[in-house]
Amino acid sequence: MSTAVEETHHDTHHDHKPYGIGRWLFTTNHKDIGSMYLWFSFIMFLTGGAMAMVIRAELFQPGLQLVDPHFFNQMTTVHGLIMVFGAVMPAFTGLANWMIPMMIGAPDMALPRMNNWSFWILPFAFVILLGSLFMEGGGPAFGWTFYAPLSTTYSSDSTALFVFAIHIMGISSIMGAINVIVTIMNMRAPGMNYMKMPLFVWTWFITAFLLIAVMPVLAGAVTMVLTDKYFGTSFFDAAGGGDPVMFQHIFWFFGHPEVYIMILPSFGIISAIIPAFTRKRLFGYASMVYATAAIALLSFLVWAHHMFTTGMPVFAELFFMYCTMLIAVPTGVKIFNWVATMWRGSMTFETPMLFALAFVILFTIGGFSGLMLAITPVDFQYHDTYFVVAHFHYVLVTGAIFSIMAASYYWLPKWTGHMYDTTLAKTHFWTSLISVNVLFFPMHFAGLAGMPRRIPDYATQFADINQIASIGGFAFGLSQLIFLWVAIKCVKGGEKAEAKPWEGAEGLEWTVPSPAPYHTFEKPPKVE
Amino acid sequence: MKMKPLWALLALTSLPAAAQSRLNLTQGVTEVSNRVYDLHMIIFYICCVIGVVVFGLMFISMIRHRKSKNPNPANFHENVKVEIAWTIVPLLILVGMAIPATTTLIAMEDTSDADVTVQVTGSQWKWHYKYFENEVEYFSRLATRQEQIDNKFEKGENYLLEVDRPLVIPTGKKVRFLVTSDDVIHSWWVPDFAVKKDANPGFINETWTKVDEPGIYRGQCAELCGKDHGFMPIVVIAKEPAEYEKWITEKEAEQQAAREREQELLAMEMSEDELMDLGEKVYNSTCAACHQANGQGVDGVFPALAGSGVSVDPEAKDKHIDIVVNGVTGSAMQAFGSQLSMRELAAVITYERNAWGNETGDLIQAADINEVMNQ
Amino acid sequence: MSDQRPDNSILVKRLLLTVAGMFAFGFALVPLYDVFCEVTGFNGRTSNEAAVYQEVEVDESRTVTVQFITRNAKGIPWKFEPSIKQVKIHPGEVKVVNFLASNPTSSNMVAQAIPSVAPAEASLYLNKVECFCFNQQPLAAGSDAEMPMQFYLDPDIPDHITTFTLSYTLYDMTANTSAEQMAQLLKTE
Repeated sequence: MSTAVEETHHDTHHDHKPYGIGRWLFTTNHKDIGSMYLWFSFIMFLTGGAMAMVIRAELFQPGLQLVDPHFFNQMTTVHGLIMVFGAVMPAFTGLANWMIPMMIGAPDMALPRMNNWSFWILPFAFVILLGSLFMEGGGPAFGWTFYAPLSTTYSSDSTALFVFAIHIMGISSIMGAINVIVTIMNMRAPGMNYMKMPLFVWTWFITAFLLIAVMPVLAGAVTMVLTDKYFGTSFFDAAGGGDPVMFQHIFWFFGHPEVYIMILPSFGIISAIIPAFTRKRLFGYASMVYATAAIALLSFLVWAHHMFTTGMPVFAELFFMYCTMLIAVPTGVKIFNWVATMWRGSMTFETPMLFALAFVILFTIGGFSGLMLAITPVDFQYHDTYFVVAHFHYVLVTGAIFSIMAASYYWLPKWTGHMYDTTLAKTHFWTSLISVNVLFFPMHFAGLAGMPRRIPDYATQFADINQIASIGGFAFGLSQLIFLWVAIKCVKGGEKAEAKPWEGAEGLEWTVPSPAPYHTFEKPPKVE
Repeated sequence: MKMKPLWALLALTSLPAAAQSRLNLTQGVTEVSNRVYDLHMIIFYICCVIGVVVFGLMFISMIRHRKSKNPNPANFHENVKVEIAWTIVPLLILVGMAIPATTTLIAMEDTSDADVTVQVTGSQWKWHYKYFENEVEYFSRLATRQEQIDNKFEKGENYLLEVDRPLVIPTGKKVRFLVTSDDVIHSWWVPDFAVKKDANPGFINETWTKVDEPGIYRGQCAELCGKDHGFMPIVVIAKEPAEYEKWITEKEAEQQAAREREQELLAMEMSEDELMDLGEKVYNSTCAACHQANGQGVDGVFPALAGSGVSVDPEAKDKHIDIVVNGVTGSAMQAFGSQLSMRELAAVITYERNAWGNETGDLIQAADINEVMNQ
Repeated sequence: MSDQRPDNSILVKRLLLTVAGMFAFGFALVPLYDVFCEVTGFNGRTSNEAAVYQEVEVDESRTVTVQFITRNAKGIPWKFEPSIKQVKIHPGEVKVVNFLASNPTSSNMVAQAIPSVAPAEASLYLNKVECFCFNQQPLAAGSDAEMPMQFYLDPDIPDHITTFTLSYTLYDMTANTSAEQMAQLLKTE
């Protein structure tokens, strides 16, 4: 890929930025907005994590100890919503904001004012969502998947706020996605053609198209829930000629591409980090691009594998089973490419690399359980058990979130101009790695042995498994405070970072000084 | 370290059978459940083999191709042959998996030629069973005492997996289940049969099983259905056909007798103590899930009965009966007229009007209920 | 430098149009789903409209068992059941089955019965010439009614369907019915 830059930058001398709160409120600078996204997502990660702690504490022992079942359901619901829409997605948008312009040699995002808006409406969405927990009757308690009619006829009045919050989150994501697409299509430096773009840019480009394709469908689904509940329509109500199963079809038409929205940018991050610390070019760049596109396209054909037990005719079950199994092929290609990149390389194990390697192994384990879940007859046994919980936490926590942490450590020197505290960072990695497996691995067993998900209390045979998982959960939660500490420490000071702190790193972002000046590439670099 | 999960996964297969059933998929007691189990194990082993190969290569690479051992990295970054191979080989493995999966699925979905048909209805938060061939129907509720859930009593062996009236089916016969729901979506799941089917309101789904071993099989609702989703277990007893026939005939006669007794009871008056005692029992098993044992309800979701509403209004006796018997449309309040006997209805309404400091002093008798029902 | 770059506004407009299109598509999924179900029998619902009886040859060589079950949704205290549990019928033959409903409450009520067939595939071959489920059913307080359902099976019904079940779930529609509508409905009754 492209790196050679013709001239050195002398941006720093006019690197003046506004001061005070106004800088953050009115900023159109992609770096400021990126930072705000990242901090916001971290706050949401801790908030959603706190809810996970409530869940794990209640499940520590059989019986009801801390919360009542209704509140427990609110916790599982809001935990899911916050982690998906508040933690993972904004973190990726933050990374996109920071890195995409620098990676393609653009001075900023293409639509900087919209960028400001797309960030600043997010906090409102989450204040509304979290506020609904304090309403009479409680917040949303129908699972993040909000299946009708539990979310319509049988939900509390906070549902209106839930719908409103989801609408705002959707608008924010859509604006972010439009910005990414326009930036990538129109703002690339001369010579930066598509097949020279770093894979993080490529995967985000495809992700952005997924976002504008499915977020509006989600908006449609929540709107239908709203009108069913308050305005007498019967989209999902059998009494009026609707069909509750249709809700699931519409939801998962959004939902399945959505899970790839949360993993494709990870593939891009890992594809940047592994070559950097292997000191060897990424193996199979073109096949990585095609595999990403194939996964994105297939994601529109597999939604009903979330619904095998809803009672579909055999032909539909077979179709969705085959399509789902097919996804293993391009995903496998990616894993093999990463392993081939490592092969006969010259590896070192700095923290970003440690997270990337853990990602490859643990995401693959999540992929295996995903393949098992694709097999319809066996899915009848796995469906809606802790096996599913284990599966999606492997792909989302040790997948998406580990990649975000890898990215943070990889680019922290560029963002702050300081090296992070490597001892603390490695402590964060090892405690996270051990605790996350203690947390989620036993869940496979609980699910196989028959423990349904989303229950506040369970049969005594699951007691020790849950106890182990809870201990892992508390440890994983605490480990993330180390991450916070590392980040704050790194922002405040530390060893001065060079423009390119990693020996094997490639890409335009390493050609500008560290910390990256407020304005970069005001003159586009020449890419060979 | 990172391999730990994988080793655990592999170690699992060598565990003694007893421990295995607690950590691995239920093998079950039907031909279908055994086929599902075999399929699960085959795919699991395939994944393990792939895992060992891929992770093995990674670890070899991490050990041998580190900077201290291999300071000069190789330069290759493409190999069309290898790339085609690792696209085609997984594809072939997948085809190998898909074939047994397809045949098993087709066998599972063949509901034809059933011997016995049972209508299974999910309802917040209990199951209702109705035998198509016989005049037998009943609700099946969690039998675990609330004190066990609240950690006041020690938890029993089948904590949360026990019901008051289990479903009974004959062994060696194909039993077809017609699954539906009265309210939200539930899912009827018995792991030993490898049967899990969603109960969708307004729609029926069908599934079936053929159990060869007599025994007691336990399952749970597997779709989030509101507050007490975790508290609506399923218990199925499989009996030899002769015993099953005996049971169903007795049950049919018993339910017939109960309907007749209802009519006779209309003339009888129950004492206050009798009403309050029975009422408390019925209230705790039927109403307390929503309105809470102390009658305080849940703010904004389930109204309080203590100190407010129809249960303290001396003028609203008939309205109170009407609500309990006929339910409230568009709310979670069900019509209990078809679920409880008139005696139980009379008792529970009396209890609600005189417990937790409610002091209407009204005694409701079965005849009052009958009057509302036949208005 | 920006003069070399394509105009953002065209691209933004196209993307916004895509977003609007996908929002509309979300809603279009509703009729698409209905059509898909009608063609494939996907969700096992029978047609809402009366089938016109086509003179077809009765296939006496085959008998199909049709079972009837009923269920009341939450909140409706009517008694509602088929007069007969099951019928054996030759494809092409026309049969009438009555369903009995009674309203034990002290108020006038309106209900809607929602049909569903299992296996869903059978719904493609079930033709209802007349059914109470095509319309809402009013019942005055304390009254009862006999509601007919006339149907025949398409002779194309596949051989492997030897038994199927037709279920009706009864929903209370009183709250959606105004007093005038109620009076009107009861009068035409």
